[in-house]
Amino acid sequence: MPDRHKPPKSKYTLDRNIPGAFEGETVTRRTFMNIGANGVGAVAAAAFTLPALGFAIAPIFKRQTWTWQAIGKPSDFPKNSYETKVINITPGVGEAGNSIAYVRARDPKIDTEPEDQYNQFVALSSRCMHLGCPVRYVPAAERFICPCHGGVYDFRGMVAGGPPVRPLDRFYTRVNNGLVEIGPRYSVNNELHRFAPRFPGEPLDGIGQFLYPAQFDTAGKP
Amino acid sequence: MPKLPAPPLPKALQPRPKRPGEPSDAGALNPVEAGITVVDWLDERTALSPGLRWLMWRKVPRGINWAYTLGSATLFAFLNQAVTGVFLAMYYRPDAAGGAYESIRNINDNVFLGQFVHGMHKWGASVMIILIFLHMGRVFFYGAYKYPRELTWVIGVVLLILTLAMGFTGYLLPFDQRSYWATVVGVNINAGGPFIGPFLSDFLLGGADFNATTLSRFYSIHMLVIPGAMAALIGAHLYLVTKLGITAPPWLKPHADQDGDHAVAEARV
Repeated sequence: MPDRHKPPKSKYTLDRNIPGAFEGETVTRRTFMNIGANGVGAVAAAAFTLPALGFAIAPIFKRQTWTWQAIGKPSDFPKNSYETKVINITPGVGEAGNSIAYVRARDPKIDTEPEDQYNQFVALSSRCMHLGCPVRYVPAAERFICPCHGGVYDFRGMVAGGPPVRPLDRFYTRVNNGLVEIGPRYSVNNELHRFAPRFPGEPLDGIGQFLYPAQFDTAGKP
Repeated sequence: MPKLPAPPLPKALQPRPKRPGEPSDAGALNPVEAGITVVDWLDERTALSPGLRWLMWRKVPRGINWAYTLGSATLFAFLNQAVTGVFLAMYYRPDAAGGAYESIRNINDNVFLGQFVHGMHKWGASVMIILIFLHMGRVFFYGAYKYPRELTWVIGVVLLILTLAMGFTGYLLPFDQRSYWATVVGVNINAGGPFIGPFLSDFLLGGADFNATTLSRFYSIHMLVIPGAMAALIGAHLYLVTKLGITAPPWLKPHADQDGDHAVAEARV
C-alpha cells in the first residue's frame, strides 16, 4: 500500500544523495554492482551444481537396448513343468546381476492370453511382486512360493495368495536359429496385458497403471 | 559493535580480592595484556574465548536430570560413527562384482583391530538410532519443543530422518545376501509411493535394476552426502540449544523467591 504522506522518490540520484551518481541514473552503480556480483556468483555455483545434479540423476532417463540370450533348444522346455534358467539382466556386477527365469512351452489349453511371436515360450521372472524377493518353483504343488512374506503364485504365475499385488513379471521370448532366446522383462496385470516394467509392489489394475508411471529406463516394444 | 555481556564466571574462577597487607601487583607484568602464553596468542588473533565461554558456561535450570544428557550421548554416537567410518573407508572397496564382500572379510579377518572397529561401527549405528529416539522422547514428553524452540525440533526431525537414511544406505555396504535382499526390499518399498516412488527408486539404484553403480551410489550417499548434511545440521542444532537455553523439567513450578535457584553449571546438555 503506497504511503500517501511521503513525497514520491525522485528518479534522479542527485536528489537521493548518492555520491558519484550520474544525473538521471535509474540503476545506480551500487545496485548494478550488487546484482552483478550476486549474478556472477549464482552463475559460478550453477556451473558446477547443474552438471553434477544431471550426472547423478541421468540414470533415471537412460533407455536400455534390447538384448537376447539363448537359453536352449525348443525341445528342452516341456508344457507341464518349468525349466530353471540363470540369465544375466545387468552386466558388470558378477552374480549380483544374474536372475532366474522359469521357462516352459506355451500350452494353449491354459494360456489364454493372445498368442504372438513373443510368447511361444512362457518365461516368468523370479522376482516376487510384493517386494522383490526371489520366488521358488515347487513342482509338487505347482506353485511359486516367496520365502520373505509368504507370497504364492499358481502355475501360470497368477497371484494365488499372500501380499503380491500383480502376477509375476515375464520375459519376451522368441525362437531364433533353432534356439529359444530370452529378451527384456515386462510386467503384466491380472488380465495378463503387457506393460512396461514396473517395480514390485505396484499394482497395474484399474487406477494402479496411472499411479505408477513406467520407468524411463525401459525398452519399448520390439 | 555492541559487546556481549560476559557470562558470570564460576566461583572457583573468580579472582579473589587482595588480603590486606599483600603487595599490590600494579606495574607487574600482566600476562593477559602482554600475551605471552599460547592461549593468549590465539585469543588475541581469534577472539574465541567469549564464544567458548558462551558455549560452555551457561545457566541451566534447576531440576535437570540424566535424561538431559541423551542429546550429548547421540552426538557422541555420531562422532563414533564418523571416526570409525573414516577408518573403515581406508580398507573398504565398493565393488559389486565381489570386491566389497571380500574387503569386509579382509577387515574382519586380517586387519589389526578390524573386527573391533567394524563392530563399533555396526553396533554404534543401532546405538545411535536408539539414543536419537530416546532423546526425541525426552524432548517430547518434557514439552521442550514448544516456543521458542520449534526450529530446534524441526532440525532435530531432519537429523532423525538423515540418521535413518544412514542406516538404510549403510546396510548394503557389507554386500552379503542379507544386505543385498534387504536393499532390494527397501528400494521396492520406496517404489510403492504413487507417482514419485518409481523415479525415486530409479535414482537410488542408478537405473531400473540393481546394477554396477548402485553400490558405489549408496557408498557415496552414506559417507559423503548425508554425513556432510548431518554435521552442518548438528552445528545449527547446537547453536540453537546454546542460544535459547534448555527447558526446566515440566513438573518444576515457578515460584516467587528465585534467589539462588539458578545454579551455574558447566553441564553440556
